[in-house]
Amino acid sequence: MADTSVQVQQPSRSRDLDKLLLRPGNLVGPRFEPGAELRDDLQAFAKVLVVGAGGLGCELLKDLALTGFRNLEVIDMDRIEVTNLNRQFLFRLEDVGKPKAEVAAKRVMERISGVDIVPHFCRIEDKDIEFYNDFSIIALGLDSIEARSYINNVACSFLEYDSDDNPREETIKPMVDGGTEGFKGHARVIMPGITPCFECTIWLFPPQVKFPLCTLAETPRTAAHCIEYAHLIKWDEVHRGVPFDPDNPKNMKWVYDEAVKRAELFGIPGVTYSFTQGVVKNIIPAIASTNAIISAACALETLKIATECSKTLSNYLTYNGSEGLHTKVTEFERDRDCLVCGPGIRLELDPSITLQKFMDLLEEHPKLQLSKASVTHRGKNLYMQAPPVLEEMTRSNLSLSLFNLMGKLPKDIVHVNGMTSKNDQRTSCLRKLRVVFKGVDGVTDMDTAGGA
Amino acid sequence: MAEPKVKYDRQLRIWGDQGQAALEKSNICLLNCGPTGSETLKNLVLGGIGSITVVDGSKVEVGDLGNNFLVDESSLGQSKAKCVCSFLQELNDAVKAKYVEEYPDALIETNPSFFSQFTLVVATQLVESSMVKLDRICRNANVILIFARSYGLTGFVRISLKEHTVIESKPEHFLDDLRLNNPWPELKRFAEGFDLNVQDPVVHKHIPYVVILVKMADEWAKNHGGRLPSTREEKKEFKELLKAGMVAQDEDNYKEAIESSFKVFAPRGISSELQQMLNDSSAEVDSSSSDFWVLVAALKDFVTNEGGGEAPLEGSIPDMTSSTEQYVNLQNIYQAKAEADILAIERVARNTLKKIGRDPNSIPRATVKSFCKNARKLKVCRYRLIEDEFNSPNLPELQKYLTDEDYSIAMGIYILLRAVDRFAANYNSFPGQFDSAMDEDISRLKSTAVGLLNDLGCNSATLAEDLINEMCRFGAAELHAVAALVGGIASQEAIKLITRQFVPISGTYIFNGIDHKSQLLLL
Repeated sequence: MADTSVQVQQPSRSRDLDKLLLRPGNLVGPRFEPGAELRDDLQAFAKVLVVGAGGLGCELLKDLALTGFRNLEVIDMDRIEVTNLNRQFLFRLEDVGKPKAEVAAKRVMERISGVDIVPHFCRIEDKDIEFYNDFSIIALGLDSIEARSYINNVACSFLEYDSDDNPREETIKPMVDGGTEGFKGHARVIMPGITPCFECTIWLFPPQVKFPLCTLAETPRTAAHCIEYAHLIKWDEVHRGVPFDPDNPKNMKWVYDEAVKRAELFGIPGVTYSFTQGVVKNIIPAIASTNAIISAACALETLKIATECSKTLSNYLTYNGSEGLHTKVTEFERDRDCLVCGPGIRLELDPSITLQKFMDLLEEHPKLQLSKASVTHRGKNLYMQAPPVLEEMTRSNLSLSLFNLMGKLPKDIVHVNGMTSKNDQRTSCLRKLRVVFKGVDGVTDMDTAGGA
Repeated sequence: MAEPKVKYDRQLRIWGDQGQAALEKSNICLLNCGPTGSETLKNLVLGGIGSITVVDGSKVEVGDLGNNFLVDESSLGQSKAKCVCSFLQELNDAVKAKYVEEYPDALIETNPSFFSQFTLVVATQLVESSMVKLDRICRNANVILIFARSYGLTGFVRISLKEHTVIESKPEHFLDDLRLNNPWPELKRFAEGFDLNVQDPVVHKHIPYVVILVKMADEWAKNHGGRLPSTREEKKEFKELLKAGMVAQDEDNYKEAIESSFKVFAPRGISSELQQMLNDSSAEVDSSSSDFWVLVAALKDFVTNEGGGEAPLEGSIPDMTSSTEQYVNLQNIYQAKAEADILAIERVARNTLKKIGRDPNSIPRATVKSFCKNARKLKVCRYRLIEDEFNSPNLPELQKYLTDEDYSIAMGIYILLRAVDRFAANYNSFPGQFDSAMDEDISRLKSTAVGLLNDLGCNSATLAEDLINEMCRFGAAELHAVAALVGGIASQEAIKLITRQFVPISGTYIFNGIDHKSQLLLL
C-alpha cells in the first residue's frame, strides 16, 4: 500500500475518486487493497461491457467513465429515435437514425480524455459467447426480459463448479443490472454461483397480461380492447399475410382509425392516437431522473465489485419515487437447482454415443426438452443449426462420436443452444450440461475442468 | 427542433400535457454546479424545463474533469457556471439557460432578493450556515427549495417550503371507488333491473360483479336489520352465498364478485387522513386562502351535507366481465353520479369564493372536476424550517432512529453530515480533506459529532466508529456516481413539486451508498 501521508497533493483528475481508492477504510470488502496501484490497475485492466445504449446505457457509460474505468465497450442494435431525446442525453436531434452504440461511445470519448469505448452495433446474439468472456464485469441497461435472460445465460455459462459443487471463483462473471419504469426502478448485483442469477428470480418479472380474444371479439369494454381488436384481429382479416409493422406510422394510423370506429360503435370512450401507440407497442414511460438514479447505483456497484472499496449491494435494490421516496434492499436467495447458474444438468453418457443421438437425448430429457440444438464444446462448434454455411460445415459431425469430438475427455461442460417450450411459448435458450462418460477413467477430479 | 409532443412522448405518458406545461413555465436556479448540481439540471433540461440560471463562482480545475461530465478539457481555468451552462444548452435548445459567476454563499449574504424570481432553487453542496440563511430567504419569498448534497459515499436531499398541496397524487395502489358498501339510489335501481336467477347461462355469466354485489348486499341487509357483513363468520357466509349463486364453474363475473366482496365489507365514509385535512385550520378559508383550501372547504361542506359522510364519487369503474352494453350503462351510472357531485361541490365553492370576496368563477371548472375525482387522494405536505429542525429536532424520533437497527446508520450519516460542516467552520477544512491530518481529523470529527449530539440533547447516544472513520476517509469527495444518484433524486423531486403531481418526499432523505440502505428521516 502506498504511504499517502507524505504525498504532496498534485492536481489530478482522480482528486475525488482517490479518497476512496487510496485510503484504507473500515466498511470495505475483504480484499480491498488501497493505493495508487489499485486506481492504476482499475484504469489499465478492468474492462466493462455495457449492454444497451439507451436511457440506462448512456448514463452508465458516462458514470463508469467518471468512476475510474477506462476500457469500456457498448453493444446495442438500435438506432436513435426522436422519442429517446428526453432522456438519452448523449444524443442530439441530428443523430436521429444513427446507431446508438456508435454515437454514445463517440460522445463520451470526446468529453472524457483517456477513456476508450468500443461500440458494437449489433444484436447481443450476434456475438460469440467468447466475446462476453473478455470482460471483468457486464453492466446491463436493458428494457426487455428476453435480452436480460440471454446475457444472464451467457455469463452463467462461464461459471464452473469444483467437485464439491462450489463455484470456482475465477469463472464468476459478475453482472450489474438496472431497470426503470416511470418513477420506479431496480438495481441488482448478480455474482453467478453466489447470488441469485436473473433466472433464479425470474418471478420478479411477471409476464404481461394479455386480453382474452373472445373479449376483444365479442364484449369489448375499454379503449384498450378496441385497440387490440384492430391490432390483433382486424388487421389480419383485412391485410391477409401482410405483417403489422408497429414502426410504420401508416400501419399505426390504420389501427387507430379502426379502434376509433369500434369504440364509437360500442360507445366506449378513451381511444387516442397516443394511447393506441402505447398499447400496441407496449410503451414503457421513461424519464431522465429515474434512469440517472438507477444507472448511478449500478455504476457504484460496478466500482465496488472491481475494487472492494466499500460494501456491496446485497443484492437487489428497488426504488420508487412516485409516493414520497421508498428504497429497499432485499437479499434474495439462489435457486440451487437453477438450470442457468446451478452446477448444470449432469448427463452420464456411453462413450459410443454419436452427436446426433446426443441431440435426440436432449429433446427427450424431461428437464431440458431442447430441440434444434446447436452444440459447442470449449468454444468449438460441434454442430450449428445456422447460418447455412456453418450448418454444412458441422453436419458431418452428427454421425461422429461425441466422446471423440470432445477430445476424449472423461467429463466436461458442453453448451447447447436451442429452442424450448415455456408457458406454451417457444423460446430460445442456452443450457450448460455436465457430460460424464461412463466407464472412462478421469484424469482429473474436477467435475468441470475447462468449460466454454 | 423536433416536434415536442414526440420528443417528450415517454414523459407525457407520466405527467401529461398539464405537467409538461408547468415544467415549461418554471424558472429554476442552481447553486453550485459541481457534479451534484450539474446532474440535477441535466435531467431537468432534458425534460424541457422553462429556464435555468446556474450560479457558481469557481473556475474549472483538473479535479473537476474527473467527476463532472458537463465540463471538459477546454473548460480548464474558465468559469464553471459558464461551461456547465453552455453544455446544458446543447442538450435542449428549448430551454433558456443563463449563468451568474458568483459564489452562492456570497450571493445569499449580499443579494437575498435575487432568489425571488425563481419557481424553485436547487441548492447543492451548501454548508449548514448558508442553508439556514437561504431557507429563510426562500420561505419568505415563497420559492420552493431543494437541498442536495453528495459527500463521499453518502448524501442527502431535503425539500423546504411552507406547504405543498397535491390534487393528482396518482397513488399506484388505491381502492377503486365503487360504493358497494353504500350504493346510491340510481345504482340500486340499476342493479334491481337484473335477475340473478336468469335462465340464459350466457346472460347470467355477463352480469357485472358490481351488480351482483349490490344485489347480494341488499339482500343480506334486509335479512340482518340493515347491517352489512362485519364479523369474520358473516363475511365467510356472504362469500358462500356468492359461490352458491354460480350456475357454472367458469363464471368469471362471480369469481370477480367473490374476490371483490371485501369492498362490501369496507367501512363507509372518508379516510382518517382526509378527515384530518378537513379538520385542518386552513380549511377555515378567508381571502388569502389558496384555491386548494377553498375546494377543501367545499369538500368539507359536501361530506357533511349532500355527501352523507362520503366524498364525491370518482366516477370511473375498473374493467370487469360484462356484456359491452351493460358495462357502458354501468359506467354511465357512475359518471352521472360523479357529475352530480362535481356540480354540488362547485356550487359550494362558488358561494365560498363570493363570501371571501373573490370572483366566484376564479377557480376553473376543470380544477373542480379534477379535485373531485381525486378527493380521496389529496395530499398536503408541510416542511419545517431547516433552522428549526437543526436547532430542535424531533428528539424522540431522533433517539429512536439512533437505536433502531434499520435507521441507525442513516441517522449516523445525518449527524456526521452536520458535524463535518461544524468541523469545517472550526478548522477551515473538511475532515480528511488533506491526507496529512487523517488521524487528528478522525478524533476531531468524533468530538465534533459528540458535541453536536450533546447540543441536541442526546447525551447517551453513540455513533459507530467505523462510520466516523469512513466520513474522514471520504474527505468531502464528490464522486460522480454518488452525485448522479443524489442529483437524480433532486431532479425527480423538482418535477413532482413543479407539476404538482405525485407526492414529494417528506423529511430528509439520507443516501447511504455503502450498502444502499438509505432512509427517510422525519425530524
